[in-house]
Amino acid sequence: MKKSLELLLKSLLESLRDLLPIIAVIGFFQIVVLQQPIPDFGKIILGVFFVIIGLSLFVRGLEMGLFPIGESMAYAFARKGSLSWLLVFAFCLGFGTTIAEPALISVANEAAIVAANGGMISNTADAQASYALGLRITVALSVGIAIVVGVIRILKGWPIQRLIIGGYLGVVVMTFFAPPEIIGIAYDSGGVTTSTITVPLVAALGVGLASSIRGRNPMVDGFGLIAFASLTPMIFVMAYGMIL
Amino acid sequence: MIAVLQDLFFITLGTIKDVLPIASIIFGFQYLVIRRPINNLRSVLSGFVYVLIGLSLFLVGLEEALFPLGKLMAHQLTDPGFIRSGAHAGMDVLQWGDYYWVYIFAAAIGFSTTIAEPSLIAVAIKANQVSGGAIGVWGLRIAVAIGVAIGISLGTYRIVTGTPLQYYIITGYIFVLLQTYFAPRMIIGLAYDSGGVTTSTVTVPLVAALGIGLATTIPGRNPLLDGFGLIAFASLFPIITVMAYAQIGEWYSSRAQNSATRVSKGD
Repeated sequence: MKKSLELLLKSLLESLRDLLPIIAVIGFFQIVVLQQPIPDFGKIILGVFFVIIGLSLFVRGLEMGLFPIGESMAYAFARKGSLSWLLVFAFCLGFGTTIAEPALISVANEAAIVAANGGMISNTADAQASYALGLRITVALSVGIAIVVGVIRILKGWPIQRLIIGGYLGVVVMTFFAPPEIIGIAYDSGGVTTSTITVPLVAALGVGLASSIRGRNPMVDGFGLIAFASLTPMIFVMAYGMIL
Repeated sequence: MIAVLQDLFFITLGTIKDVLPIASIIFGFQYLVIRRPINNLRSVLSGFVYVLIGLSLFLVGLEEALFPLGKLMAHQLTDPGFIRSGAHAGMDVLQWGDYYWVYIFAAAIGFSTTIAEPSLIAVAIKANQVSGGAIGVWGLRIAVAIGVAIGISLGTYRIVTGTPLQYYIITGYIFVLLQTYFAPRMIIGLAYDSGGVTTSTVTVPLVAALGIGLATTIPGRNPLLDGFGLIAFASLFPIITVMAYAQIGEWYSSRAQNSATRVSKGD
């Protein structure tokens, strides 16, 4: 009992330390640069308290739930030797976690407004909604495909830099042909796809696969799935902008 | 207090909506395809519950305490009145250098939000385990945070000057390409990954407020066109700094070995 209490205290302190830089930056700018009082002090203390408890619970949950399940599924698929199921799982994981991602929904809605203002689609709510939905499906498809390609890469042991650099070249080439309105959105969509719950799962999946296959090094081959998931949306979103 | 509880309720609902598709894919495949019971099912399930409650509390706390102040700050710092008060007297048109507080704030907020980013903590823990301690949890987090700080600061400079986004990004890619040839092989996958993990729950809302604040107040910028792009900067620069982190580490250890035995390149 005493030990678990100590552990709890330790993880709370660690979370406080993680949060201190933000508190320092906001405090410094509010008091020194903008020279204004801190509003609602009690509310801020309460909020900080929530953040610290939340972060501690999240890290604990990672080690108990997300990491073990990601790795054990990777081992199970590797033992079962069923490549097609593994790839179906990889696609579902990428597509399913991205289509409902709140950050993506908000970016897609903003992108629809940009497209309507730019005259790419007609300026009605209907046209905007269908454009935003189309964009979301495009990004989710691209993330699904990205995880599939990333898993195949781990299985085959292809060097990651060739695929990523090839992808970057694709992004650069497409930038010259895509409508200028879509470029900023496309570049940003790469960053918004990977949510806080998806990242640990996908990382555990990659590392688990790489360590259960003979001849793969988990450090060299296990990482990189998230990189694919951030790269392909850029290409797909620019393609979406060129086709529409 | 009631408002806080209300927030907590709605944010928890939102997190459940986030977790549900993931949980159903995992448990669906586990029971229909793999057809094996999960080891330590109770521990795994309570882990999911911890993640759910933890993430909800984390988001509510941010919404209550830090986001309103941070967003307000982004607006105040980009306000032409504030910029003018620090600018050289007698200048009618603001120069890019007058926005120095904006660049400093961008770097500071980029660094500090990245340190608190839960998905980066997750990847850093994993990388530390897998590398057998060769990659430090804090070393990686600080390397990524420096990258985000540089990226967002440069991104605000781009919005102020109105130069095209793609020039910066393509130059950055070329740099990544060159660095890839010189960096230790074991870091490459992780470095590429760290571009994608930096931008989620904490960083995006504050950075978006900064970008839109800037693009709204600077004449000739369109918030809808120029407000985008900061996230792209924040995803690109950590790749460079993480590879640099490994290169510096390699350089130190090879110097420490005093060229007696050449360090193998990690494979």
